[in-house]
Amino acid sequence: MKQRASLQIAAPVLAIGVAVLVSGLMLSFTEYSAFDVFRVIGTEGFSKIYLIETVNRAAPYYISGCAVAVGFKMNLFNIGVEGQYKLAALLAAAAGAAVTLPAPLHVLLIMVVAMVVGAAWASIPGVLKATRGVSEVISSIMLNAIALGLSAYMLGRWLRAPASVSPVVGTKPLADSARLPTLNPLLNALGLGIPDANRVQSYIFVAAAVGIAFYVIIWRTRFGYDLRASGSNPEAATASGVDAKRMIITAMLLSGGFAGLIGLNNIMGQAGRYTDVSVVSGLGFTGIAIALLGRNHPVGIALAALLWAFMDAVQTPLSNEGLPKQITAIMQGITVLSVVIAYEVVRRAGARQQAAALRRDDDGGAAAPGPEVAPA
Amino acid sequence: MKRLATLWSHVPAWGRMLVYLSGGIAVLSTARVLTGAGQLTAENTFRSAIELSVPIALAGLGGLWSERAGVVNIGLEGMMALGTWFGAYGGIAYGPWWGVLLGVLGGAIGALLHTIATVGFGVDHIISGVSINLLGVGVTEFLTSVSWGGASAKESPAIPDNVVRLDLLPFLKDPLRELGSQNRFFISDLADLIVALTTGVSALIVIAVALFPLTWFVLWRTPVGLRLRSVGEDPDAADSLGVNVYKMKVLGVMVSGALAGLGGVSLVYLFSGKFQSGQTGGRGFIGLAAMIFGNWRPGGLLAGATLFGFMDSMQSQIDETAHALLVAAAIVFVGAGLWSAYRRRWVGAAVFAVATGLCIYWYETTEKLPRELIPYFPHITTLLVLVFASQRLRMPAADGKIWRRGGR
Repeated sequence: MKQRASLQIAAPVLAIGVAVLVSGLMLSFTEYSAFDVFRVIGTEGFSKIYLIETVNRAAPYYISGCAVAVGFKMNLFNIGVEGQYKLAALLAAAAGAAVTLPAPLHVLLIMVVAMVVGAAWASIPGVLKATRGVSEVISSIMLNAIALGLSAYMLGRWLRAPASVSPVVGTKPLADSARLPTLNPLLNALGLGIPDANRVQSYIFVAAAVGIAFYVIIWRTRFGYDLRASGSNPEAATASGVDAKRMIITAMLLSGGFAGLIGLNNIMGQAGRYTDVSVVSGLGFTGIAIALLGRNHPVGIALAALLWAFMDAVQTPLSNEGLPKQITAIMQGITVLSVVIAYEVVRRAGARQQAAALRRDDDGGAAAPGPEVAPA
Repeated sequence: MKRLATLWSHVPAWGRMLVYLSGGIAVLSTARVLTGAGQLTAENTFRSAIELSVPIALAGLGGLWSERAGVVNIGLEGMMALGTWFGAYGGIAYGPWWGVLLGVLGGAIGALLHTIATVGFGVDHIISGVSINLLGVGVTEFLTSVSWGGASAKESPAIPDNVVRLDLLPFLKDPLRELGSQNRFFISDLADLIVALTTGVSALIVIAVALFPLTWFVLWRTPVGLRLRSVGEDPDAADSLGVNVYKMKVLGVMVSGALAGLGGVSLVYLFSGKFQSGQTGGRGFIGLAAMIFGNWRPGGLLAGATLFGFMDSMQSQIDETAHALLVAAAIVFVGAGLWSAYRRRWVGAAVFAVATGLCIYWYETTEKLPRELIPYFPHITTLLVLVFASQRLRMPAADGKIWRRGGR
């Protein structure tokens, strides 16, 4: 058992090593020096500015990773996080701009609207899978595209701020009561001396709350136990009285609810409204990668989100030095691909060891008990 | 009462395709006559619809090869992206046909990663595919920055030469155009379609179209095809009969990547004439949808891809033309309703009757369709097909299942 645990830590380290190796190799075919690239990543990347940038970027990644991981725990592939967060962000921004409320309530309202919209959009593949057996992957792909069209339609027709307010297509700006403060005053009070230009976003607390909620719901409640049981052994779970269809729909609702929060960072932060720029695309797909890297565990996902965000953040110093910043995107891709391969190899090795151990027990003549069914 | 259905089952596949094609043209033609929207079946409309269908169709064909061998390929998008970059690079450095070849190889490189992960190591197919999509974008952006114009480059320079455009029916072109301009029911519309398909058509389109009967022949009429499909249906049985399951899966995925790469090349050569980051715009996923819509068969897939392409082309048409689509949809619903009634499926008939009514009501009360939503009608249709006709869809039985020899 101990050997397996160390292997599991070795896998991501190995994957990062492979990524560094391959990207170094790719760089050696170009006019750029791999040494320069890794020097910039290793030095500039860890300077205060880019670490702040890392943390800021990690928050939505973390939430996205958790949203995907909820699905994974139930053997559901919520590839539709992408559409869910975009639609949720748009409608939440519109709802938030339509009302004025005292500060905490206003923020809360926006978050609730976003979670409800995300959950509602995620419920479609959930219900289709539970009632009609439609693969959630395929229906989510369709719904991602439809969400894109629907947001463009709604934004263009109904939710757009008049051109007199802003030439950029977007919702009306939010009132100050819905804007999240930065953490700069707090950190400066602690004597960290962060310049005002580098905003430390408070959305990290929302991410942390999502992580805690994820952990408590999945590992500390009856519902979470049932969910993990259905995910790891559907037949056994059904036999012990878990309603599989209900679990599918609930898991998708939960996943979509988390997904709704992904895009709110900028809406309630710097941009203060929904535009195509303030809520970037692709966070849902990144979330899949991060959930995989982090092995669907709240702590693992946090590390993965930070790693991913770090790779994003160092793009700025790289391009400042005239180096090809896109190399970090390759490193991200290779890390994910090698880590899933490494985990698979480790899993198989573990399964073989276990099988061998069982065979040894059999040979010993002792009546081997049937393997107990317990969720991972 | 069952006679018509029995008769239908004796019609060969190509005959059914012809019937479906004629049906499609008849629907559009009727809609044109009823609404007076002449552009609905004009040569240019068909031309742009065909060009927009080709990348989707090639991606879908890629998906077909892979899934028939039992490997889900959601990495088509990334393989397509690799195809766009390598296609543009080859086109600029060595000439258009080298570009095509390199683009195909680029897609195949992506597929190689997919085979290593899924067939070699037994990683979940969708997980591997998602990683390849991420990697594909990263690799193309990196290569763009190191090849063309520095760190912030997002596109290549224009490709100097394109592949040759062909006139397949040089002598019939003018008579057909003449016929097309006479606005006769069905015949004129068919003439316009034939002209669009044969005049000034890029060699890439000809290749893409030819790949469909070729795929059908290889997969359904040759021993290799039978083995490949048997692996997708029941790898254990295939293995016990001496088929090399791994080899067949590798073959399927590699062809899949090559086709997706060609799809990427077609995007570059038919539209922009250069590489642009993010050019694929989800077409790999749409190809997958077209394949499902077509029930994992080449003919159906082609029909699905054409539907997606046609709707996509409507976005750039004048409002009157797109508006006429509602009438076309109403005609389709009438036909489907009559068929349901004939088969005594009264619920279905009632649903189609209501749908017809809604389409006509929508047409009568509005002046145009919401432009932003037109390209997504095929997505909604695919979703509805999945929901209401999923019992008629049959994917390969072992599709997406990880298979290891001896079960480990």
